[in-house]
Amino acid sequence: MAEASKAVADSRANLPFVYRQYSAEQLKQVLYKMYLIRRFEEGAEESYTRGLIHGTMHLSIGQEASAMGICMPLGEDDQITSTHRGHGHCIAKGAEVKRMFAEFFGKTTGYCKGRGGSMHIADVAKGNLGANGIVGGGIPIAVGAALSSKMMKTGKVVVSFFGDGANNEGAFHEALNMAAVWKLPVIFVCENNGYGMSTSTARSTAVKNIADRAAAYSMPGVIVNGNIFSEVAEASYKAVERARAGEGPTLIESKTYRHRGHSKSDRNRYRTKEEIEDWMSNRDPITLFENELREFGFIDDKGIEAIREAVVREIADGIEFAKASPSPDVSETGNYVYTEQA
Amino acid sequence: MDAMVRELSYAQAIQEAMAIAMDMDDRVFLMGEDIGVYGGAFQVTGDLVERYGAERVLDTPISELGGAGVAVGAALTGMRPIFEFQFSDFATLAMEQIVNQAAKMRFMLGGEISVPVVMRFPAGSGTGAAAQHSQSLEAWLGHVPGLKVIQPATPYDAKGMLLAAVADPDPVMIFEHKLLYKMKGPVPEGYYTVPIGRADIRREGRDLTIVATSIMVQKALDAAATLEAEGIDVEVVDLRTIRPMDKQTVIDSVKKTSRLMCVYEAVKTLGIGAEVSAMIAESDAFDYLDAPIVRLGGAETPIPYNPELEKATVPQVPDITTAARDLVKGVR
Ligand SMILES: Cc1ncc(C[n+]2csc(CCOP(=O)(O)OP(=O)(O)O)c2C)c(N)n1
Ligand SMILES: [Mg+2]
Repeated sequence: MAEASKAVADSRANLPFVYRQYSAEQLKQVLYKMYLIRRFEEGAEESYTRGLIHGTMHLSIGQEASAMGICMPLGEDDQITSTHRGHGHCIAKGAEVKRMFAEFFGKTTGYCKGRGGSMHIADVAKGNLGANGIVGGGIPIAVGAALSSKMMKTGKVVVSFFGDGANNEGAFHEALNMAAVWKLPVIFVCENNGYGMSTSTARSTAVKNIADRAAAYSMPGVIVNGNIFSEVAEASYKAVERARAGEGPTLIESKTYRHRGHSKSDRNRYRTKEEIEDWMSNRDPITLFENELREFGFIDDKGIEAIREAVVREIADGIEFAKASPSPDVSETGNYVYTEQA
Repeated sequence: MDAMVRELSYAQAIQEAMAIAMDMDDRVFLMGEDIGVYGGAFQVTGDLVERYGAERVLDTPISELGGAGVAVGAALTGMRPIFEFQFSDFATLAMEQIVNQAAKMRFMLGGEISVPVVMRFPAGSGTGAAAQHSQSLEAWLGHVPGLKVIQPATPYDAKGMLLAAVADPDPVMIFEHKLLYKMKGPVPEGYYTVPIGRADIRREGRDLTIVATSIMVQKALDAAATLEAEGIDVEVVDLRTIRPMDKQTVIDSVKKTSRLMCVYEAVKTLGIGAEVSAMIAESDAFDYLDAPIVRLGGAETPIPYNPELEKATVPQVPDITTAARDLVKGVR
């Protein structure tokens, strides 16, 4: 047994981080989840188009490796705060898609009992403290959760996801400063997809890389290709180790791209078709990961096909579950405002 | 009550409440600007850092938005922070975390979490601190479902309501008038709570109900003492909590006296007086009214620096006395 695992380790010695660090089963599970995120987003989009979901939503198609890579080294007790583009984070942190669909459909079986919708999706039991409708809103909250971890000595690490647009909010700067001063176990993850709605980082942000801002708060600033799962997971792994060792926060900039528009109202006037096409065809995170898995012998075409089919089934079942679930009664509109009413 | 009752200042009463809360529960801690060795801008935390250490009496950077967010995050993950704003005016920098996050998080997440954070706001005018350090913004927060907003007016209530706030599972905003900090009054030793959401009849009377908040309670009592000599019998209701408001106590009082006056320091328009008046107008107490309702509130200006102007900006005892006398005598 020991011999065999040593042989496996040797054969992987020159491979990228995740192929050395995790088992084939774990990596297949990652591929499954990346597909689950992609198909969840597509399922949500389609349900929206068919009028089953109201409001708006922000899809994370194209950013799956980032969500999965960051969450890979986290345990179930570790916590995240998420953003308006948070479906992928929620799934990566362990949520069930059926209850997410139910939430989007406004049903009582949804994670927030139909009160939150896409923009407030959360699975608190799995350590997701919630998406956020306010750009940058979750960043100080994550620092507070990390303060709890330190004061209560729980050993939890907290990840705060946010976008490139959020790095120009005051909350970002105040939060990073406090996390560094108090050496808190928190990881700031900027998913830089190039734009905050229509405004490119070149037009909004005075530094070339958002990670450069880490220097101002005396913490490591790490840039990763957010579309390469292994790169993201490796950076996250190191940041988690640093946090758990009591050495304080890290800022990770995960450079990625969203394939879809900002939200349902986007006409894509601020970027070219060629640019979008390039990211979709040449840098798709799922394709990149799948190719590596195949190349390194972790999976074959049959295995990939099986994953894809299983995901399609889980998504279809999830949508059915959501459709069949009951809506809250209007007499319950006032619930959950204060604790004693619940 | 068996506990020994001493005279304490309002600030001492708050400090004692925070110490008791920290003694009783390891999860309770204090955060704020210069609350450690400095003792807080108004010496409310005083020397607590010596007893509880710098971790539990945590000096924050000058970061109101971030600090409030940290308090919210700590609260929703198991701690019980008491966050001191140096001045209530600086709530304006933290509105995002208070209004969008703390107040709504439980609701948005379908009741899966609660946010047991306490925020303390030294408020009000009278210290010569001018327009950006003298405001009364409690009605701003009182407008937000999900928050509880209280204004204790005595040392006794300051201690008991703070302890009730710490025990409360939801975010509680405490507005403390800065001129009250030195006010002395009886305060029992040990733990007790004064319930949030209940008004207090501070003086019983037959001719007129004055609903007052915070520092205006004492001013209304002073006015009532003057009017008593003239044969006018004023009932003073200390609202104590503005959300959730104790409507019944006010309704019952108005039914008894048939006249209502609201006195508060915040800008008169769109304030607590409007809410109390409308609440009475909507209730069966409306039929009992013998005269139009009167509101005495702050002037429609920022708080000026000049001490005479500053005093003229908010209701003073003679203003209350005159308005109450006119109301009872039917002078319009
Ligand atoms: C405080 C605040 N300002 C503006 C908005 C409107 N808004 C929602 S998402 C968004 C863009 C955010 O960009 P980024 O942080 O890069 O995240 P991305 O959408 O690219 O994932 C804007 C302007 C908001 N929700 N909150
Ligand atoms: Mg962006």
